[in-house]
Amino acid sequence: MSSFGRLTDPPASLVIVGARVIDPAAGTDLLRDVVIRDGIVVEEPAPDAERVDGRGLVVAPGFCDLHVHLRQPGSAGAETIESGARAAAHGGFTTICAMPNTDPPIDNAERVRAGTVDGSCRVRQIGAATVGRAGEAVADLSGMVAAGAVGFSDDGAAVPGPELARSIFTALAELGVPLIEHAEHPELAAGGVIRAGAAASRLALKPWSPEAEVAVVDRDLKLAEQTGARVHLTHLSTAAAVALIADARERGVQVTCDVTPHHLALTDAWVAGSRRFAWEEPEPDPPRAYDGLCRVNPPLASREDALAILAGLADGIIDAIATDHAPHSAERKLVPFEDAAPGIVGLETALSIGLAAVEAGRLKLPVLIAALSSRPAAVIGETRSLAAGERADLVLFDPGARWRVDRDAVASGSANTPLLDMELPGVVRLTLAAGRITYRS
Amino acid sequence: MTVEAVAPAWPYRHLIDVEGFTRAEIERVLDLAIAMREARSARRNRSLLEAETVGLAFYEASTRTRVSFELAAKALGATTVDLSVAGSSATKGESLVDTVRTLERTGVTMLVLRHSAAGAGQLAARTTGMHILNAGDGAHAHPTQALLDALTLREALGGLDGRLLAIVGDVAHSRVARSNIHCVTALGGRVRVGGPAAWVEGFESWPGVEVATTLEDAIAGADAVMTLRVQLERGAQLDEHAAEWRMDDERMAWAAPAAPILHPGPTNEGLEITAELANGTRSLIGRQVENGVPVRMAVLALLAGAA
Repeated sequence: MSSFGRLTDPPASLVIVGARVIDPAAGTDLLRDVVIRDGIVVEEPAPDAERVDGRGLVVAPGFCDLHVHLRQPGSAGAETIESGARAAAHGGFTTICAMPNTDPPIDNAERVRAGTVDGSCRVRQIGAATVGRAGEAVADLSGMVAAGAVGFSDDGAAVPGPELARSIFTALAELGVPLIEHAEHPELAAGGVIRAGAAASRLALKPWSPEAEVAVVDRDLKLAEQTGARVHLTHLSTAAAVALIADARERGVQVTCDVTPHHLALTDAWVAGSRRFAWEEPEPDPPRAYDGLCRVNPPLASREDALAILAGLADGIIDAIATDHAPHSAERKLVPFEDAAPGIVGLETALSIGLAAVEAGRLKLPVLIAALSSRPAAVIGETRSLAAGERADLVLFDPGARWRVDRDAVASGSANTPLLDMELPGVVRLTLAAGRITYRS
Repeated sequence: MTVEAVAPAWPYRHLIDVEGFTRAEIERVLDLAIAMREARSARRNRSLLEAETVGLAFYEASTRTRVSFELAAKALGATTVDLSVAGSSATKGESLVDTVRTLERTGVTMLVLRHSAAGAGQLAARTTGMHILNAGDGAHAHPTQALLDALTLREALGGLDGRLLAIVGDVAHSRVARSNIHCVTALGGRVRVGGPAAWVEGFESWPGVEVATTLEDAIAGADAVMTLRVQLERGAQLDEHAAEWRMDDERMAWAAPAAPILHPGPTNEGLEITAELANGTRSLIGRQVENGVPVRMAVLALLAGAA
């Protein structure tokens, strides 16, 4: 049985006994106990503290998702702040950053304040970079920062350029918050719905050129270098973009980046019906082809690019895993592939996909943990530490246990993922945010 | 039909594409089509599908495919219902899935579907219990066209083993070309596609397919040539296309001696093919149309478990 709690609940006291405790901030990976007293990590347990058997389990800092869509306001049938926060807690997340492409968009201080909520996790808002996300006038960036905005984005599109993009970068350089950029050039993307390549040709779907991403990444790196602004490039899907970022970082450009679980583990062969991860041989299955659940922006990568991205994550070039959790009703997916609403839910499967890559020998567990917790947290100025004296903000999970992804197993308001019906490793047992138990199973 | 009585059950519930069919499965369809052709002229098998209601849902214009499916269904005794999509609720914003489910509830048991979106057949197959027969989905597949082309080629050439079919024109936007590639290669033949670079882009990634960008290279030594309809709305440089890619009797000399010409129709005479070639002795275009009904009789009977 599972249950959810909230950050407004009383702080917890418990002892997790004998778990593998991975703390990227301290650079440690030890079998030890974690003692929590009144929500604080301490050395000595409270006399009546509950003991949780952590043997065979992993303790990691609470996860931080830099990119989710909560559909509130506008499409509460697909997701709400409340249901999204529960999905987050179920997935081990303690902070999620909501993109502003709601209806109406989060483009002013009042809406940022309304969406900055402590529920089953910390819900933080990314403000729209332009008024109404219309790409015409710079939004009230400083007002939104004062209201709690942790970054800015016109997600769904890149900020248009060149003059507008430059003024946004310049303003953000002063404010010290990052632009979280959806790197996609509209003309180069040309309405493509599947990565250009063999699957696109066989399925006769409109191809999406990787140049659409690379061109905007290249522009943004130059703007960041010229203005001193911080840019965070989100949901990368091309090896070429990762290479550009690695080069820019060598030059001292302030750039961070993330990749989604689906761009590092799923491939364009999934559109052709395969359900094999990028590190496995694809198995196209024509009757399963064209499933709208595989439609996402940017489109699922080629196998080569997915493996290169995974290598970039393993090498530390890619800072973070962000889910781009994009809930949609079943109806919006049960249409021809080209008409399906783009997006995949990810909060509850991100850890599992990461663990599948770890099991396949493609990723080390501490690297996965850092990419889910301390490194994304740093992008928005949060810290993660399991040291004594800190408020307990952590996840306890069983890395080997399997679960089946189905509608009843997820807390999100939507279940639009092509992982449906698959058995994945990684079951969250306990999530604590700011000393409170937010999820337990 | 005692021959079919001993054949194993047809393994597929739907006909979405010929991709994945074995050679034996394709040959079974073609053999059955020949039997159906004879049965039709002898007016036999007229109650084989009397338990079936065949719906025809064409979201894109079609004459020959729709008519030949309807005649095939009627020749086997099925009830047919033509969902003329213009004027139906499908054009009033009802989704494809809703329309398909409604048809199922009204008693349609087999649905012939043509739709502009690639993958429409898979979507329908995943969401209903009817048998789905794909009559063309975007530029993806047109399996009955490929099967009737295979029958036409087999009868003209004696077989496809080691034979080279050249497909020329806007291959990238052609469902006929894609299904023919799957069908011909499964039957032991080879395919070469030819057209301006943008029209053959991506086909170098197809196993066993050669790509050519001049007409002479495309049809050199081909045992049969198939030219595709120029889709006028694609804004092709029509004069240029006509000059470089139009098939005529002289250019057919680049192909193997006596190689036949095919076209899925309807032809733009004077554009991708001359009237003389289309109506001449090397043309199999009429045979293609004639084979449409028996091939569709065969696939209807197989899917219904009646053959």
